[in-house]
Amino acid sequence: MFNSIQTTCPYCGVGCGISAQVSEQEHRVTIKGDTSHPANFGRLCSKGSALGDTVALTDRLLQPSVYGTTSSWTDALDVVADRFRRTIATYGADSVAIYGSGQLLTEDYYVANKLMKGFIGSGNMDTNSRLCMSSSVSGHRRAFGTDTVPGCYEDFEQAELIVLIGSNAAWCHPVIFQRIRAAKEQNPALKIVVIDPRNTASCDIADLHLPIASGRDAILFNGLLQHLHQQHAINHSYISEHTEGFTAALDTASDTLEQVAEQCRLDKEAVGQFYDWFTHIDKVMSLYSQGINQSSSGTDKVNAIINCHLATGRIGKPGMGPFSLTGQPNAMGGREVGGLANQLAAHMDFSNAEDIDRVARFWSSPSIAKKPGLAAVELFDAIADGSVKAVWIMGTNPVVSMPNADKVKQALQRCAFVVVSDCIANTDTTALAHVLLPAQGWSEKDGTVTNSERRISRQRALFKPAGEAQPDWWILTQVARRLGFVKAFTYERPVDIFREHAALSGFENNGQRDFDISAFATITAHDYEQLQPTQWPVNTAHPQGTTRLFADGRFFTPSGKAQFIAITPRLPVNTPDTNYPLVLNTGRLRDQWHTMTRTALATKLNPHKPEPFVEIHPADAARYGLLADGLATINSAWGKMLARVQITETQQRGNIFVPMHWTDQYASQGRMGTLVNPVVDPLSKQPESKHTPVNICAYQPAWIGFVLSRQALVLSNTDYWIKINAEQVYRYELAGETLATEWLVWGKKMLNSVEDDDSNWQIYQDSRKGQYRLAKIVAHQLESVLFISIQDNSSAAKEYVKTTNTETVCDEVQDVPNAGNAGAISGEVQDVPNAGNAGAIFCDRHWLSSLFIKATLSPAERKSLLLGVPPAGTPDIGTIVCACFNVGAKTISAAIKAHGLKTHQEVGQCLKAGTNCGSCIPEIKALL
Amino acid sequence: MKPRLVVIGNGMAGMRTIEEQLLSAPDQYAITVFGAEPHGNYNRIMLSAVLCGDKTLEDIVINDRQWYVDNGIRLFAGEEKTVMRIDRKNRTVIALDGTVATYDRLLIATGSKAIIPAIPGNDLAGVISFRDIVDVNKMLEYAAHSQKAVILGGGLLGLEAANGLALRGMQVTVIHNHNVLLNRQLDQHAAALLQAELEQRGIKFKMAAKLNALLGDADAHIRAVTFADGSELACDLFIAAIGVQPNMALAQAAGLYCERGIVVNDTLQTYDPIIYAVGECIQHRGQTFGLVAPLFEQAKVCANHLSEHGVAEYVTLPTATKLKVTGIHLFSVGDFHGDANAEILHFTDTALGIYKKLVISANRLIGAVLYGDTADGAWYQELLEQKVNIADIRNVLIFGKAHV
Repeated sequence: MFNSIQTTCPYCGVGCGISAQVSEQEHRVTIKGDTSHPANFGRLCSKGSALGDTVALTDRLLQPSVYGTTSSWTDALDVVADRFRRTIATYGADSVAIYGSGQLLTEDYYVANKLMKGFIGSGNMDTNSRLCMSSSVSGHRRAFGTDTVPGCYEDFEQAELIVLIGSNAAWCHPVIFQRIRAAKEQNPALKIVVIDPRNTASCDIADLHLPIASGRDAILFNGLLQHLHQQHAINHSYISEHTEGFTAALDTASDTLEQVAEQCRLDKEAVGQFYDWFTHIDKVMSLYSQGINQSSSGTDKVNAIINCHLATGRIGKPGMGPFSLTGQPNAMGGREVGGLANQLAAHMDFSNAEDIDRVARFWSSPSIAKKPGLAAVELFDAIADGSVKAVWIMGTNPVVSMPNADKVKQALQRCAFVVVSDCIANTDTTALAHVLLPAQGWSEKDGTVTNSERRISRQRALFKPAGEAQPDWWILTQVARRLGFVKAFTYERPVDIFREHAALSGFENNGQRDFDISAFATITAHDYEQLQPTQWPVNTAHPQGTTRLFADGRFFTPSGKAQFIAITPRLPVNTPDTNYPLVLNTGRLRDQWHTMTRTALATKLNPHKPEPFVEIHPADAARYGLLADGLATINSAWGKMLARVQITETQQRGNIFVPMHWTDQYASQGRMGTLVNPVVDPLSKQPESKHTPVNICAYQPAWIGFVLSRQALVLSNTDYWIKINAEQVYRYELAGETLATEWLVWGKKMLNSVEDDDSNWQIYQDSRKGQYRLAKIVAHQLESVLFISIQDNSSAAKEYVKTTNTETVCDEVQDVPNAGNAGAISGEVQDVPNAGNAGAIFCDRHWLSSLFIKATLSPAERKSLLLGVPPAGTPDIGTIVCACFNVGAKTISAAIKAHGLKTHQEVGQCLKAGTNCGSCIPEIKALL
Repeated sequence: MKPRLVVIGNGMAGMRTIEEQLLSAPDQYAITVFGAEPHGNYNRIMLSAVLCGDKTLEDIVINDRQWYVDNGIRLFAGEEKTVMRIDRKNRTVIALDGTVATYDRLLIATGSKAIIPAIPGNDLAGVISFRDIVDVNKMLEYAAHSQKAVILGGGLLGLEAANGLALRGMQVTVIHNHNVLLNRQLDQHAAALLQAELEQRGIKFKMAAKLNALLGDADAHIRAVTFADGSELACDLFIAAIGVQPNMALAQAAGLYCERGIVVNDTLQTYDPIIYAVGECIQHRGQTFGLVAPLFEQAKVCANHLSEHGVAEYVTLPTATKLKVTGIHLFSVGDFHGDANAEILHFTDTALGIYKKLVISANRLIGAVLYGDTADGAWYQELLEQKVNIADIRNVLIFGKAHV
């Protein structure tokens, strides 16, 4: 029996509606896009489509534990409350903190915020949205007086010019990107401009790509403001009636187009083209995301963009306006409840004494916080220096995601009391917890989230909770009661919280605050259950919600006028120098979400980009002695990581890119957060995650290899390892610096085989070439495969490895002899005579992995196994391009050739590739 | 009148030479063939199959008497036609019964005979070798009435005899003077697989054994063998399979130069240039022969010269070995041990009983041992004979030609 449930996707801020066909008995769910949801109208991306593969109990945290020992809820909650109470009593309220997540539901967030700010009495409630959207928040507040996204998704379809700034929406907000692609197909006149240092998949639909130098966006938009002025495109009546500060802003933005182009390292004509379109096309949407926000001048960049919309009066009307693409499913909800440390609640602030008084009265709070708390980077610094002594981390993984992540790790290791509530048992952060509390996961939680267009949607439970998992609001409520706040935390159901949250938003509002959902203050449990996606404000004036704000030119500033901000562009704080000559950029991938705790469980999401990698321009790769598919060490002044080299001209010279996702759970040295400089925007406190000076050099291990194993392995003794979950098999990519004496013995031990009997093994050995391969086959079924290739590095190169290991700057040793001997087990054999080319092994890992699904190996498969190449006649599908339908690059290329396919639509008709989420269309087009 | 070609020996080497000669220059010679066995020419290497019962004598005949008639060849076959003397002065050969044939060219293809160990009792009844159809018939006779067979020699012939007799119901023990079976063809690992497989079939082995004597009963029939370690093994039939020695007495008596065999040059001529020799009776560049492949190559070269084309030279190529035991696949060629500089590739699939070893030197395949999966044996032999540079295919080499 299937039960059909409408819910919301838990990944990015698009907030897509999902229609879930649930089989409670089998604990299975079939995921489809909800055709009635206004965010996606049935579309889903690869990640959302694969949600059904993440609901198994694999890796779930199922029971509370205290200091490593399984515990009852009662005991665990007692310990948390007791430690918090005693810490507060001894060191004051500011010695404790909560660090939440944009993945929490609004109800969870509300209770956490109320507890910390209203009752414990500290502002120390911050969230990982700090890393994501806080520059947008502060930019909005400077311009509009409130944190308001004026427009909505429908505007994308009505726009005539869409500017994507610092946003790879194709991968990070795929459904919005699909809407824009469809809009362009409907209206070929729609111009699309992508402003990004990288040539990303989003450039696929761009009429113009401006590969701006990293961190220079404010210069470009200041220049635009000046250009608009010079072209007489300024809307003077709008400016005079509805804004303040235009003259100062214009005076500060004095650069000529030539100066802008030079500073941004852009082609003058290209900048001119962009300015020209922006000048003459009225319906302009400026969509921006982390490329703008994650900057030490993120707030300024946001305002530089908003300035141009205010100057032309293009805001609050259909098809136009600035539009912040939020990163997380409920970053917006978190902002609404006041989840950032500088917010109080419901778009009320510490800066306003009346707000503090108002909230205190509403909550009947005896001890409300009077000042902002510590923002994320400050918070972990305070944990490191011991001034914060107890922290409760909810649904986030700061050991991975924070800048200077090694310091964050050390801070938590030193912290006197760390509580982590999460749905996943093993994360880099749960590993450091004193108390672990099992929270309900996406398929069990019940409440609301708000997406990028202010749309509140229900997230509904599909299954009964796993193990003893509880909702975050419940856990918080229990602790609050134990801390003595029984009357203020009487919640029994999410709707109880939602009503209170709605009531607070309307409390003494009188149209003074944008966030007003007072229409829900008396919502019945039934109506809450049935709640349809609705855009706030939702109040007496707008009982059905509000599509756009600011159409009337009224803003929530004291004067009621929008504020121009005079922007003096500031470059990133840390600039490249001789020791760290490259700029590190970080970001998301198409098929992974955040720290992979859930997406990596969906095996079809892993093949697209299976390993942490670094993208580098060919000229830089040559300069630093890197070969494609080799390994590289990246160092910054803060940390180090290893990554697989991908050489691409989509990367600018002097810039490298690494994905943000890998953790210690899936990689030995793949956490990019260790590299990122802990520099923040002075207003938003958002870290500059898109710009860190680094150096890079080839990592030359003594050996490389990979393992496929039906059982998970412990690889603590391997210098480099990557774990990749695939269907019925774990894949590990390996490299090491020390050679084994007996590789076959070593290999069998590595594969967890203690048996002396070797009757189940298949072995290949070419010791002169350093090739050792093992396969364990039990009753004709494949259990494990190991490939090892000894690297013939010159002694100089080995010396070089040692140098890099001691964290010495490696730029100076870039001219290493034989540096081209990259550590790759690639799909290609390039036999260079006498070059010690042990690095190349024929190997089709996809085919090898597919053998684990079979009950019995065929004789031909068995014979080809340790060659790693399918027997003749077996189709090699190549690297996965379409994750939704598991279609590989070679299959697509073959079909293109065989059937003379010309367009991605034809490929879709032939192979289905690209016809579900469409995220892979840029890659399909590249193959065409 | 056509020049006369006389052949001494109606075996595989001689008759293959004649076949080749007839192909390349039909009607060139008036051909006379002497054979000491009363048959046409049969495929000696299929004797194992006859012993096992897979084949009959008829099945393994290559050239029946009609073939000789059809090709105008005069055949003298039978014990009485055994050639006793070569008269080089008069260019004649004389058989036991006085038959005389005059030659313009003479081809000696007298083959080899089994080595009988020089130990007490080696003349007892029931001590035989495994060389011809007479031996096979004797073995079948014993198998029908007796229990215990002892095979001396764990080489190809010995193992084929052991397998055949075991299939015929005898209790078979193989005595081998080395601890590795087929030690001239296999390395230790492959030999162990083979031994295990044969043991499963009921054959017993006494390895690294030194034979002391053969003991007879009152009728001077073998009843037991004794070993240097003092042990004793009951025996109804003793088969010597420890190698062969060239039949060269006839040539020697005719004054042709011999060492371990009849010495021939690269055109298969003896020291008398009108007398050729091929097969197991010869010694070429220090080497004697016991496998069929080089014999056929010699036949080709010799026929070329007999046909007066005069362009071929015989080169001994590494010979591949196969054991003709149903269900056992082994293949060996070249230098499968390799010297200190050799590079070894290994592949094993223990559960399937597959073992492969390739020996490489200077990017050339110089030896191979395959056990359990010999499908690529011919390919390896080709790579080895043609000295192909395998650097580009080294990665796939052991996985087989299908992957190149």
